[in-house]
Amino acid sequence: MRHAIWKPRRPVYLCDGTTVVGHEEAVGPLGACFDRYDPKDDTFGQSTWEAAESEMVRQAAKLLLERNGLGAEDVEALLAGDLLNQCTASGYGLLPFDIPYLGLYGACSTAAEGLILAALLADFTGGRTVSAASSHFCSAERQFRFPMEYGGQRTPTSQWTVTGAAAFLVSAQREDGTRRGRAVRIAELLPGITSDRGVTDANNMGAAMAPAALDTVLRYFSLSGRTPESFDMILTGDLGSEGSSLLCGMARAEGLDISRVHRDCGLMIYDNERSDKHAGGSGCGCSAVVTAGHILPALRAGRLTDVLLVGTGALLSPMVVQQGRSIPGVAHLVRITAGEEED
Amino acid sequence: MDTPGSDYPKYVRKHAKRSPLARDCARAFLVGGTICAAAEGLLAAYRALGASEEDAGLLVSVTLIVLTALCTGIGVFDRLARFAGAGTLVPITGFANAVASCAVDAKSEGWILGVGAKIFAVAGPVIVYGTAAGVAWGILYRLIRVFQ
Repeated sequence: MRHAIWKPRRPVYLCDGTTVVGHEEAVGPLGACFDRYDPKDDTFGQSTWEAAESEMVRQAAKLLLERNGLGAEDVEALLAGDLLNQCTASGYGLLPFDIPYLGLYGACSTAAEGLILAALLADFTGGRTVSAASSHFCSAERQFRFPMEYGGQRTPTSQWTVTGAAAFLVSAQREDGTRRGRAVRIAELLPGITSDRGVTDANNMGAAMAPAALDTVLRYFSLSGRTPESFDMILTGDLGSEGSSLLCGMARAEGLDISRVHRDCGLMIYDNERSDKHAGGSGCGCSAVVTAGHILPALRAGRLTDVLLVGTGALLSPMVVQQGRSIPGVAHLVRITAGEEED
Repeated sequence: MDTPGSDYPKYVRKHAKRSPLARDCARAFLVGGTICAAAEGLLAAYRALGASEEDAGLLVSVTLIVLTALCTGIGVFDRLARFAGAGTLVPITGFANAVASCAVDAKSEGWILGVGAKIFAVAGPVIVYGTAAGVAWGILYRLIRVFQ
């Protein structure tokens, strides 16, 4: 079998995660999990949507450093990515920090991609890395779809870009700050292989990403020799209802039943029936804020012990889709475990 | 269990949840019909105020465009359209919203490269091919008249 699972040589800890979200996310089922939101209008006091997203990233990173009593000199690197061209939300949002910056693009898989690289960097440097990911419904609509006030109907397979930013503190030392509970480690990493199975419908991103998620999940279980039942949760990023059922169906056809432990961040963040979000949430912010705000505290508190985060991304370019090309997907896997025991 | 095999896009299309066509049509008929009935009312009102038939028709169009632009600007139109679908898209309201929403959206990039350059980003194809179709039909009509 190709490509081994990467394991950090020393324990690497996922120490903390901060979240800043929009109104729709704050009133959703996980609303109470998030650190901050804009009670007014999702502009975060800025005059453009792009600046609003940058401000969310800045607030998430600032809160993370403050909460852990860290200064710029205490962090080796900032890794961040978003959906906007040139990753402007990350680049501009992290301008105030005097920390080396590495920009990432993995579409909606950016949070998982960031955690993989942050874990490797923490392992390599023996220090701390901050990794952030963000998306904003309004800036994403502008870039990928229609103007905000354009009147149209969405297809049932379409997804709703999450307004949210999260920042993670990844460290080679256990750092609990004032938080109680168990230590949370990043135990295993499996970067995804891009996969293009010919989906051209930009309103069905779940279908574009499902084959990539399937490939990563199949490779992981084949390489690790584990079974889905040994995990509390296999958490995909934003497959939504459409991609989730495709993934579970295709996995079952391959002889792997993950449906009992499979959850999807895009199906957790909104009350889909009530809030008209169709196939669920998506965007870099989706898996980022659910992992930081909901999964990490659950691991710490003992409600979860062993989680596979499979960050899914559709590498969509509206221009290239107009040129007739289909949409590739990618899915990065991060195994997050709680407790001190070694494997 | 149906598996994707080699034709994944076909499998995906078969698997995808369909739009509720009957519900969408009913809503489009209801809202679109209401807009058209209101426009007929306006036409009668303008005629009663002394406008010629041609002028009254023009005034109705202008009124609908202004109202749509206003509703787009205050953020109401997209909510109505999400409910109505083709009911707001097919009348002149759809075209007016396509122009006005681009103008509102592009304001952050300034008057020249923002609003000026992007105002027809959505409605542009309608203008280009609507004009081209008009020219083509004009030539055809002229030829028909010559040979009549």
